[in-house]
Amino acid sequence: MRYLPLVLLALLWEAAARLGIVSAADLPPLSNVIVAWFGMIKSGELLTNGAASLYRAGAGLLLAIVIGGGLGVAMAWWRPVNAVLSPIVEALYPLPKSALIPVTALWLGFGDGSKILLIFLGCMIPVTIGAFNGARGCDRALIWSARSMGASRLRVLSDIVVPSALPEMLNGIRTALALSFVLLVSAELIVSREGFGYMIGFLGSAGAYDAMFAVVLTVAFLGFAADRSYQRLMSWMLLWRVA
Amino acid sequence: MTGRIAANDTGPAPAARLRGALGWNSVSWLVVIVLAAAWEGLARSGIVTAFMLPPLSVVLKTILHDAQTGDLFANLGLTLYRALAGFAIATAAGIVLGIAIARVGVVRWFFDPIISVGFPMPKIAFLPIVVLWFGFHDVSKIAMVVFDAAFPVLTATIAATHAVERELLWSARSMGASDRQILHEVVLPAALPEVLTGLQVALPIALIVCIVAEMKMGGVGLGGAMITASRFADSPGVFAGIVEIAVVGYLLIKGMTLLRRRLLAWHSESQAPATA
Repeated sequence: MRYLPLVLLALLWEAAARLGIVSAADLPPLSNVIVAWFGMIKSGELLTNGAASLYRAGAGLLLAIVIGGGLGVAMAWWRPVNAVLSPIVEALYPLPKSALIPVTALWLGFGDGSKILLIFLGCMIPVTIGAFNGARGCDRALIWSARSMGASRLRVLSDIVVPSALPEMLNGIRTALALSFVLLVSAELIVSREGFGYMIGFLGSAGAYDAMFAVVLTVAFLGFAADRSYQRLMSWMLLWRVA
Repeated sequence: MTGRIAANDTGPAPAARLRGALGWNSVSWLVVIVLAAAWEGLARSGIVTAFMLPPLSVVLKTILHDAQTGDLFANLGLTLYRALAGFAIATAAGIVLGIAIARVGVVRWFFDPIISVGFPMPKIAFLPIVVLWFGFHDVSKIAMVVFDAAFPVLTATIAATHAVERELLWSARSMGASDRQILHEVVLPAALPEVLTGLQVALPIALIVCIVAEMKMGGVGLGGAMITASRFADSPGVFAGIVEIAVVGYLLIKGMTLLRRRLLAWHSESQAPATA
Protein backbone atom coordinates (compact mmCIF):
# COMPACT_ATOMS: atom_id res chain seq x y z
CA MET A 1 0.00 0.00 0.00
CA ARG A 2 2.80 2.35 0.89
CA TYR A 3 4.19 2.14 -2.61
CA LEU A 4 0.85 2.92 -4.29
CA PRO A 5 2.14 6.32 -5.53
CA LEU A 6 4.85 4.51 -7.46
CA VAL A 7 2.23 2.34 -9.14
CA LEU A 8 0.25 5.48 -9.98
CA LEU A 9 3.38 7.02 -11.44
CA ALA A 10 3.93 3.93 -13.60
CA LEU A 11 0.33 4.03 -14.84
CA LEU A 12 0.66 7.75 -15.55
CA TRP A 13 3.82 7.04 -17.55
CA GLU A 14 2.11 4.34 -19.62
CA ALA A 15 -0.95 6.52 -20.22
CA ALA A 16 1.03 9.65 -21.14
CA ALA A 17 3.08 7.72 -23.67
CA ARG A 18 0.13 5.74 -25.12
CA LEU A 19 -2.20 8.72 -25.42
CA GLY A 20 0.49 10.73 -27.18
CA ILE A 21 0.66 13.43 -24.49
CA VAL A 22 4.43 13.07 -24.78
CA SER A 23 6.11 11.71 -27.87
CA ALA A 24 7.03 8.02 -27.75
CA ALA A 25 10.56 9.00 -28.78
CA ASP A 26 10.97 10.99 -25.58
CA LEU A 27 9.22 8.56 -23.29
CA PRO A 28 8.60 5.04 -24.61
CA PRO A 29 5.59 3.40 -22.94
CA LEU A 30 6.50 1.45 -19.82
CA SER A 31 5.15 -1.76 -21.37
CA ASN A 32 7.61 -1.44 -24.28
CA VAL A 33 10.40 -0.87 -21.80
CA ILE A 34 9.47 -4.07 -19.98
CA VAL A 35 9.37 -6.00 -23.27
CA ALA A 36 12.81 -4.62 -24.13
CA TRP A 37 14.08 -5.69 -20.71
CA PHE A 38 12.98 -9.30 -21.24
CA GLY A 39 14.50 -9.20 -24.71
CA MET A 40 17.88 -8.20 -23.29
CA ILE A 41 17.64 -10.87 -20.60
CA LYS A 42 16.93 -13.50 -23.24
CA SER A 43 19.78 -12.38 -25.49
CA GLY A 44 22.08 -12.39 -22.49
CA GLU A 45 23.27 -8.78 -23.08
CA LEU A 46 21.99 -7.53 -19.77
CA LEU A 47 23.51 -10.43 -17.87
CA THR A 48 27.01 -10.25 -19.37
CA ASN A 49 27.18 -6.47 -18.97
CA GLY A 50 25.64 -6.72 -15.53
CA ALA A 51 28.23 -9.30 -14.51
CA ALA A 52 31.03 -7.01 -15.70
CA SER A 53 29.58 -4.12 -13.68
CA LEU A 54 28.99 -6.14 -10.54
CA TYR A 55 32.49 -7.59 -10.69
CA ARG A 56 33.99 -4.09 -10.86
CA ALA A 57 31.82 -2.65 -8.12
CA GLY A 58 32.25 -5.73 -5.93
CA ALA A 59 36.03 -5.91 -6.27
CA GLY A 60 36.49 -2.17 -5.69
CA LEU A 61 34.16 -2.16 -2.72
CA LEU A 62 35.72 -5.26 -1.15
CA LEU A 63 39.20 -3.76 -1.39
CA ALA A 64 37.90 -0.50 0.05
CA ILE A 65 36.26 -2.27 2.99
CA VAL A 66 39.27 -4.45 3.86
CA ILE A 67 41.96 -1.81 3.36
CA GLY A 68 39.89 1.20 4.44
CA GLY A 69 38.61 -0.55 7.55
CA GLY A 70 42.11 -1.70 8.46
CA LEU A 71 43.52 1.79 7.95
CA GLY A 72 40.79 3.42 10.01
CA VAL A 73 41.36 1.10 12.98
CA ALA A 74 45.15 1.44 12.62
CA MET A 75 44.86 5.23 12.57
CA ALA A 76 42.87 5.17 15.78
CA TRP A 77 45.15 2.61 17.48
CA TRP A 78 48.66 3.79 16.56
CA ARG A 79 49.39 7.48 16.76
CA PRO A 80 52.26 7.45 14.21
CA VAL A 81 49.98 5.83 11.60
CA ASN A 82 47.48 8.58 12.22
CA ALA A 83 50.14 11.26 11.86
CA VAL A 84 51.20 9.90 8.47
CA LEU A 85 47.83 8.96 7.02
CA SER A 86 45.46 11.65 8.25
CA PRO A 87 46.96 14.37 5.98
CA ILE A 88 46.43 12.08 3.00
CA VAL A 89 42.86 11.23 3.99
CA GLU A 90 42.35 14.92 4.71
CA ALA A 91 43.55 15.88 1.23
CA LEU A 92 41.52 13.18 -0.54
CA TYR A 93 38.35 13.73 1.48
CA PRO A 94 37.02 16.90 -0.19
CA LEU A 95 38.13 15.97 -3.72
CA PRO A 96 35.12 14.70 -5.67
CA LYS A 97 36.12 11.14 -6.58
CA SER A 98 34.43 11.20 -10.00
CA ALA A 99 37.05 13.78 -10.98
CA LEU A 100 39.54 10.90 -10.95
CA ILE A 101 37.78 9.10 -13.84
CA PRO A 102 40.10 10.53 -16.51
CA VAL A 103 43.14 9.83 -14.30
CA THR A 104 42.33 6.16 -13.69
CA ALA A 105 41.57 5.82 -17.40
CA LEU A 106 44.96 7.36 -18.18
CA TRP A 107 46.69 4.95 -15.80
CA LEU A 108 44.88 1.70 -16.44
CA GLY A 109 42.99 2.13 -19.68
CA PHE A 110 39.36 1.45 -20.49
CA GLY A 111 38.97 -1.95 -18.86
CA ASP A 112 38.15 -3.35 -15.44
CA GLY A 113 41.30 -2.07 -13.70
CA SER A 114 40.51 1.63 -14.01
CA LYS A 115 36.96 1.16 -12.62
CA ILE A 116 38.11 -1.03 -9.74
CA LEU A 117 40.80 1.49 -8.81
CA LEU A 118 38.34 4.37 -8.99
CA ILE A 119 35.73 2.61 -6.85
CA PHE A 120 38.40 1.49 -4.40
CA LEU A 121 39.80 5.04 -4.01
CA GLY A 122 36.38 6.64 -3.70
CA CYS A 123 34.84 4.10 -1.33
CA MET A 124 37.87 3.76 0.91
CA ILE A 125 37.44 7.24 2.39
CA PRO A 126 34.00 6.81 4.03
CA VAL A 127 34.96 3.34 5.32
CA THR A 128 38.23 4.65 6.79
CA ILE A 129 36.49 7.60 8.43
CA GLY A 130 33.78 5.35 9.87
CA ALA A 131 36.25 2.82 11.24
CA PHE A 132 38.44 5.59 12.63
CA ASN A 133 35.54 7.32 14.41
CA GLY A 134 34.20 4.05 15.76
CA ALA A 135 37.56 2.83 17.04
CA ARG A 136 38.37 6.21 18.58
CA GLY A 137 35.00 6.30 20.31
CA CYS A 138 35.75 2.96 21.94
CA ASP A 139 35.00 2.95 25.66
CA ARG A 140 38.31 3.47 27.54
CA ALA A 141 37.00 1.65 30.61
CA LEU A 142 36.57 -1.53 28.54
CA ILE A 143 40.17 -1.36 27.35
CA TRP A 144 41.46 -0.75 30.88
CA SER A 145 39.50 -3.63 32.37
CA ALA A 146 40.62 -6.02 29.63
CA ARG A 147 44.23 -4.95 30.11
CA SER A 148 44.01 -5.29 33.89
CA MET A 149 42.62 -8.79 33.42
CA GLY A 150 45.72 -9.64 31.43
CA ALA A 151 44.60 -9.33 27.80
CA SER A 152 47.42 -8.65 25.35
CA ARG A 153 47.31 -5.49 23.24
CA LEU A 154 46.49 -7.56 20.16
CA ARG A 155 43.65 -9.24 22.02
CA VAL A 156 42.28 -5.86 23.09
CA LEU A 157 42.44 -4.74 19.47
CA SER A 158 40.56 -7.76 18.11
CA ASP A 159 38.06 -8.25 20.95
CA ILE A 160 37.27 -4.68 21.96
CA VAL A 161 38.44 -2.04 19.52
CA VAL A 162 37.30 -3.73 16.30
CA PRO A 163 33.82 -4.65 17.60
CA SER A 164 33.39 -1.09 18.93
CA ALA A 165 34.37 0.31 15.56
CA LEU A 166 31.90 -1.94 13.76
CA PRO A 167 28.68 0.12 13.97
CA GLU A 168 30.25 3.33 12.63
CA MET A 169 32.24 1.40 10.08
CA LEU A 170 29.09 -0.32 8.83
CA ASN A 171 27.54 3.13 8.40
CA GLY A 172 30.58 4.20 6.41
CA ILE A 173 30.21 1.10 4.25
CA ARG A 174 26.62 2.08 3.53
CA THR A 175 27.80 5.43 2.17
CA ALA A 176 30.50 3.59 0.23
CA LEU A 177 27.96 1.18 -1.25
CA ALA A 178 25.87 4.03 -2.66
CA LEU A 179 29.02 5.76 -3.87
CA SER A 180 30.23 2.61 -5.62
CA PHE A 181 27.14 2.59 -7.85
CA VAL A 182 27.55 6.27 -8.68
CA LEU A 183 31.25 5.91 -9.51
CA LEU A 184 30.67 2.72 -11.48
CA VAL A 185 27.92 4.16 -13.65
CA SER A 186 29.74 7.48 -14.17
CA ALA A 187 32.97 5.77 -15.18
CA GLU A 188 31.19 3.30 -17.46
CA LEU A 189 29.18 6.07 -19.11
CA ILE A 190 32.33 8.01 -19.89
CA VAL A 191 35.08 5.47 -20.63
CA SER A 192 34.10 1.85 -21.11
CA ARG A 193 33.31 -0.87 -23.59
CA GLU A 194 31.03 -2.97 -21.41
CA GLY A 195 28.90 -2.74 -18.30
CA PHE A 196 25.57 -1.12 -17.40
CA GLY A 197 26.81 2.44 -17.87
CA TYR A 198 28.26 1.61 -21.27
CA MET A 199 24.96 -0.01 -22.32
CA ILE A 200 22.96 3.04 -21.24
CA GLY A 201 25.18 5.38 -23.23
CA PHE A 202 25.40 3.07 -26.23
CA LEU A 203 21.66 2.35 -26.45
CA GLY A 204 20.93 6.06 -26.03
CA SER A 205 23.17 7.11 -28.90
CA ALA A 206 21.80 4.26 -31.03
CA GLY A 207 18.27 5.55 -30.47
CA ALA A 208 17.07 2.33 -28.77
CA TYR A 209 15.27 4.31 -26.10
CA ASP A 210 13.03 1.58 -24.73
CA ALA A 211 16.09 -0.60 -24.09
CA MET A 212 17.96 2.38 -22.63
CA PHE A 213 15.13 3.10 -20.19
CA ALA A 214 15.11 -0.59 -19.25
CA VAL A 215 18.81 -0.53 -18.33
CA VAL A 216 18.50 2.78 -16.46
CA LEU A 217 15.62 1.41 -14.39
CA THR A 218 17.56 -1.81 -13.75
CA VAL A 219 20.56 0.12 -12.41
CA ALA A 220 18.34 2.41 -10.34
CA PHE A 221 16.52 -0.57 -8.88
CA LEU A 222 19.78 -2.40 -8.10
CA GLY A 223 21.10 0.68 -6.29
CA PHE A 224 17.94 0.89 -4.23
CA ALA A 225 17.81 -2.87 -3.56
CA ALA A 226 21.47 -2.98 -2.55
CA ASP A 227 20.90 -0.21 -0.01
CA ARG A 228 17.83 -1.92 1.44
CA SER A 229 19.48 -5.35 1.67
CA TYR A 230 22.53 -3.79 3.24
CA GLN A 231 20.36 -2.12 5.89
CA ARG A 232 18.90 -5.56 6.71
CA LEU A 233 22.35 -7.09 6.91
CA MET A 234 23.59 -4.23 9.07
CA SER A 235 20.84 -4.54 11.66
CA TRP A 236 21.39 -8.32 11.72
CA MET A 237 25.12 -7.86 12.26
CA LEU A 238 24.49 -5.44 15.11
CA LEU A 239 21.99 -7.70 16.92
CA TRP A 240 24.58 -8.38 19.63
CA ARG A 241 24.48 -4.79 20.72
CA VAL A 242 22.24 -4.01 23.66
CA ALA A 243 19.67 -1.71 22.14
CA MET B 1 15.07 12.40 13.17
CA THR B 2 11.42 11.80 12.57
CA GLY B 3 9.44 10.17 9.82
CA ARG B 4 10.23 7.45 7.37
CA ILE B 5 12.06 9.72 4.99
CA ALA B 6 14.42 10.97 7.63
CA ALA B 7 15.26 7.37 8.50
CA ASN B 8 16.65 6.92 5.00
CA ASP B 9 18.79 10.00 5.20
CA THR B 10 22.44 9.11 4.85
CA GLY B 11 23.40 12.64 6.02
CA PRO B 12 26.91 13.99 6.55
CA ALA B 13 27.07 13.35 10.28
CA PRO B 14 30.07 10.96 10.69
CA ALA B 15 32.35 12.83 8.33
CA ALA B 16 31.42 16.18 9.82
CA ARG B 17 32.13 14.81 13.29
CA LEU B 18 35.52 13.56 12.20
CA ARG B 19 36.42 16.86 10.65
CA GLY B 20 35.29 18.56 13.84
CA ALA B 21 37.41 16.19 15.94
CA LEU B 22 40.53 16.82 13.91
CA GLY B 23 39.88 20.47 13.21
CA TRP B 24 39.58 19.47 9.56
CA ASN B 25 37.32 22.36 8.73
CA SER B 26 40.40 24.48 8.39
CA VAL B 27 42.67 22.69 5.96
CA SER B 28 46.08 23.37 7.37
CA TRP B 29 48.38 25.01 4.89
CA LEU B 30 51.26 22.98 6.19
CA VAL B 31 49.54 19.79 5.00
CA VAL B 32 49.01 21.28 1.55
CA ILE B 33 52.67 22.27 1.32
CA VAL B 34 53.91 18.87 2.51
CA LEU B 35 51.67 17.03 0.05
CA ALA B 36 52.67 19.33 -2.80
CA ALA B 37 56.33 18.69 -2.00
CA ALA B 38 55.69 14.94 -1.79
CA TRP B 39 53.96 15.02 -5.19
CA GLU B 40 56.81 16.95 -6.79
CA GLY B 41 59.42 14.69 -5.17
CA LEU B 42 57.69 11.45 -6.14
CA ALA B 43 57.22 12.62 -9.73
CA ARG B 44 60.85 13.73 -10.06
CA SER B 45 62.29 10.66 -8.32
CA GLY B 46 61.68 8.44 -11.33
CA ILE B 47 59.68 5.84 -9.37
CA VAL B 48 56.70 6.71 -11.57
CA THR B 49 56.87 7.98 -15.12
CA ALA B 50 56.00 11.59 -15.94
CA PHE B 51 53.01 10.23 -17.84
CA MET B 52 51.61 8.47 -14.77
CA LEU B 53 52.22 11.44 -12.51
CA PRO B 54 53.53 14.66 -14.05
CA PRO B 55 55.42 16.87 -11.56
CA LEU B 56 53.24 19.45 -9.83
CA SER B 57 55.36 22.26 -11.27
CA VAL B 58 54.55 21.07 -14.81
CA VAL B 59 50.87 20.85 -13.92
CA LEU B 60 50.89 24.36 -12.48
CA LYS B 61 52.62 25.61 -15.64
CA THR B 62 49.80 24.03 -17.68
CA ILE B 63 47.22 25.82 -15.54
CA LEU B 64 49.09 29.10 -15.91
CA HIS B 65 49.25 28.64 -19.68
CA ASP B 66 45.49 27.94 -19.80
CA ALA B 67 44.91 31.04 -17.72
CA GLN B 68 46.94 33.15 -20.15
CA THR B 69 45.08 31.88 -23.20
CA GLY B 70 41.79 32.38 -21.35
CA ASP B 71 40.72 28.72 -21.73
CA LEU B 72 40.81 28.26 -17.98
CA PHE B 73 38.30 31.05 -17.36
CA ALA B 74 36.01 29.92 -20.17
CA ASN B 75 35.92 26.37 -18.80
CA LEU B 76 35.69 27.47 -15.18
CA GLY B 77 32.99 30.06 -15.83
CA LEU B 78 30.77 27.67 -17.74
CA THR B 79 31.13 24.87 -15.20
CA LEU B 80 30.41 27.21 -12.30
CA TYR B 81 27.43 28.70 -14.11
CA ARG B 82 25.91 25.25 -14.74
CA ALA B 83 26.65 23.90 -11.27
CA LEU B 84 25.45 26.99 -9.42
CA ALA B 85 22.35 27.51 -11.57
CA GLY B 86 21.40 23.88 -10.93
CA PHE B 87 22.20 24.24 -7.26
CA ALA B 88 20.03 27.37 -6.97
CA ILE B 89 17.07 25.66 -8.65
CA ALA B 90 17.55 22.52 -6.55
CA THR B 91 17.63 24.66 -3.40
CA ALA B 92 14.46 26.58 -4.22
CA ALA B 93 12.55 23.52 -5.40
CA GLY B 94 13.87 21.31 -2.60
CA ILE B 95 12.90 23.73 0.16
CA VAL B 96 9.44 24.48 -1.21
CA LEU B 97 8.64 20.83 -1.90
CA GLY B 98 10.21 19.74 1.39
CA ILE B 99 8.03 22.07 3.43
CA ALA B 100 4.97 20.99 1.45
CA ILE B 101 5.80 17.33 2.09
CA ALA B 102 6.30 17.93 5.80
CA ARG B 103 3.10 19.94 6.22
CA VAL B 104 0.55 18.65 3.69
CA GLY B 105 -0.70 15.08 4.07
CA VAL B 106 -1.51 14.33 0.42
CA VAL B 107 1.81 15.64 -0.80
CA ARG B 108 3.60 13.53 1.80
CA TRP B 109 1.61 10.43 0.82
CA PHE B 110 2.60 10.87 -2.81
CA PHE B 111 6.26 11.83 -2.46
CA ASP B 112 7.37 9.82 0.57
CA PRO B 113 7.82 6.49 -1.29
CA ILE B 114 9.27 8.26 -4.33
CA ILE B 115 11.93 9.94 -2.22
CA SER B 116 12.75 6.86 -0.21
CA VAL B 117 13.23 4.86 -3.42
CA GLY B 118 14.98 7.75 -5.19
CA PHE B 119 17.43 8.63 -2.44
CA PRO B 120 19.70 5.56 -2.67
CA MET B 121 19.47 5.35 -6.47
CA PRO B 122 22.50 6.24 -8.59
CA LYS B 123 20.82 9.23 -10.23
CA ILE B 124 23.68 9.77 -12.65
CA ALA B 125 22.37 6.71 -14.55
CA PHE B 126 19.54 8.95 -15.76
CA LEU B 127 21.99 11.25 -17.54
CA PRO B 128 21.29 9.91 -21.06
CA ILE B 129 17.54 10.28 -20.45
CA VAL B 130 18.08 13.87 -19.32
CA VAL B 131 20.12 14.46 -22.48
CA LEU B 132 17.35 12.93 -24.56
CA TRP B 133 14.84 15.32 -23.04
CA PHE B 134 16.85 18.52 -22.75
CA GLY B 135 19.41 18.28 -25.54
CA PHE B 136 23.18 18.56 -25.44
CA HIS B 137 23.54 22.12 -24.20
CA ASP B 138 23.48 23.86 -20.83
CA VAL B 139 19.89 22.97 -20.01
CA SER B 140 20.50 19.22 -19.80
CA LYS B 141 23.55 19.64 -17.57
CA ILE B 142 21.68 22.02 -15.29
CA ALA B 143 18.70 19.65 -15.21
CA MET B 144 20.97 16.75 -14.21
CA VAL B 145 22.46 18.88 -11.41
CA VAL B 146 18.97 19.79 -10.18
CA PHE B 147 17.86 16.16 -10.19
CA ASP B 148 20.86 15.01 -8.15
CA ALA B 149 21.31 17.98 -5.81
CA ALA B 150 17.63 18.31 -4.91
CA PHE B 151 17.55 15.10 -2.85
CA PRO B 152 19.77 16.19 0.06
CA VAL B 153 17.98 19.56 0.21
CA LEU B 154 14.62 17.82 0.18
CA THR B 155 15.38 15.28 2.91
CA ALA B 156 17.07 17.90 5.12
CA THR B 157 14.11 20.27 4.75
CA ILE B 158 11.59 17.55 5.57
CA ALA B 159 13.50 16.43 8.65
CA ALA B 160 14.06 20.03 9.76
CA THR B 161 10.42 21.04 9.34
CA HIS B 162 9.30 17.96 11.28
CA ALA B 163 11.73 18.77 14.05
CA VAL B 164 10.46 22.32 14.71
CA GLU B 165 9.50 22.34 18.36
CA ARG B 166 5.77 22.03 18.97
CA GLU B 167 6.00 24.56 21.79
CA LEU B 168 7.20 27.22 19.36
CA LEU B 169 4.26 26.57 17.03
CA TRP B 170 1.76 26.51 19.89
CA SER B 171 3.03 29.73 21.42
CA ALA B 172 3.00 31.51 18.08
CA ARG B 173 -0.53 30.30 17.41
CA SER B 174 -1.81 31.17 20.87
CA MET B 175 -0.47 34.67 20.34
CA GLY B 176 -2.62 34.87 17.22
CA ALA B 177 -0.13 34.25 14.41
CA SER B 178 -1.60 33.29 11.03
CA ASP B 179 -0.42 30.21 9.09
CA ARG B 180 1.62 32.45 6.85
CA GLN B 181 3.26 34.21 9.75
CA ILE B 182 4.04 30.90 11.42
CA LEU B 183 5.70 29.64 8.26
CA HIS B 184 7.79 32.77 7.74
CA GLU B 185 8.65 33.67 11.31
CA VAL B 186 8.74 30.33 13.11
CA VAL B 187 9.14 27.34 10.81
CA LEU B 188 11.65 28.75 8.33
CA PRO B 189 14.08 30.25 10.88
CA ALA B 190 13.82 27.19 13.14
CA ALA B 191 14.47 24.84 10.22
CA LEU B 192 17.26 26.94 8.73
CA PRO B 193 20.30 25.29 10.41
CA GLU B 194 19.38 21.80 9.23
CA VAL B 195 18.33 23.04 5.78
CA LEU B 196 21.73 24.70 5.45
CA THR B 197 23.35 21.38 6.34
CA GLY B 198 21.43 19.86 3.43
CA LEU B 199 22.70 22.65 1.17
CA GLN B 200 26.26 21.98 2.32
CA VAL B 201 25.85 18.36 1.21
CA ALA B 202 24.19 19.37 -2.06
CA LEU B 203 26.77 21.92 -3.23
CA PRO B 204 29.70 19.52 -3.82
CA ILE B 205 27.24 17.10 -5.45
CA ALA B 206 26.14 19.89 -7.80
CA LEU B 207 29.74 20.56 -8.82
CA ILE B 208 30.71 16.97 -9.44
CA VAL B 209 27.49 15.99 -11.24
CA CYS B 210 28.04 18.95 -13.54
CA ILE B 211 31.61 17.83 -14.19
CA VAL B 212 30.59 14.21 -14.87
CA ALA B 213 27.88 15.42 -17.26
CA GLU B 214 30.49 17.55 -19.03
CA MET B 215 32.84 14.57 -19.21
CA LYS B 216 30.11 12.51 -20.84
CA MET B 217 29.06 15.17 -23.34
CA GLY B 218 32.39 16.90 -23.95
CA GLY B 219 32.67 20.52 -25.06
CA VAL B 220 33.58 23.57 -22.98
CA GLY B 221 33.78 23.16 -19.20
CA LEU B 222 36.20 21.68 -16.67
CA GLY B 223 34.90 18.13 -17.21
CA GLY B 224 34.97 18.41 -20.99
CA ALA B 225 38.52 19.79 -20.93
CA MET B 226 39.69 16.93 -18.70
CA ILE B 227 38.19 14.19 -20.82
CA THR B 228 39.66 15.75 -23.97
CA ALA B 229 43.07 15.83 -22.28
CA SER B 230 42.63 12.19 -21.24
CA ARG B 231 41.74 11.11 -24.79
CA PHE B 232 44.87 12.81 -26.13
CA ALA B 233 46.96 11.19 -23.36
CA ASP B 234 47.82 14.73 -22.17
CA SER B 235 48.46 13.84 -18.56
CA PRO B 236 49.48 17.33 -17.34
CA GLY B 237 46.12 18.50 -18.73
CA VAL B 238 44.24 15.82 -16.78
CA PHE B 239 46.05 16.60 -13.54
CA ALA B 240 45.52 20.32 -14.13
CA GLY B 241 41.80 19.52 -14.15
CA ILE B 242 42.09 17.63 -10.86
CA VAL B 243 43.89 20.55 -9.21
CA GLU B 244 41.36 23.04 -10.57
CA ILE B 245 38.42 20.96 -9.38
CA ALA B 246 39.98 20.49 -5.95
CA VAL B 247 40.55 24.25 -5.58
CA VAL B 248 37.10 25.21 -6.87
CA GLY B 249 35.45 22.58 -4.66
CA TYR B 250 37.38 23.77 -1.64
CA LEU B 251 36.45 27.41 -2.27
CA LEU B 252 32.78 26.56 -2.76
CA ILE B 253 32.67 24.54 0.48
CA LYS B 254 34.46 27.35 2.31
CA GLY B 255 32.06 29.93 0.90
CA MET B 256 29.10 27.85 2.02
CA THR B 257 30.53 27.66 5.54
CA LEU B 258 30.93 31.44 5.65
CA LEU B 259 27.39 31.92 4.34
CA ARG B 260 26.13 29.58 7.06
CA ARG B 261 27.90 31.55 9.77
CA ARG B 262 26.40 34.76 8.43
CA LEU B 263 22.86 33.46 8.04
CA LEU B 264 22.95 31.87 11.49
CA ALA B 265 24.60 34.84 13.25
CA TRP B 266 21.54 34.93 15.53
CA HIS B 267 21.69 31.20 16.28
CA SER B 268 23.37 29.69 19.34
CA GLU B 269 25.78 27.64 17.16
CA SER B 270 27.44 30.89 16.00
CA GLN B 271 27.70 32.26 19.50
CA ALA B 272 29.69 29.25 20.67
CA PRO B 273 33.46 29.84 20.60
CA ALA B 274 34.77 28.97 17.16
CA THR B 275 36.56 25.64 17.02
CA ALA B 276 37.79 25.94 13.46
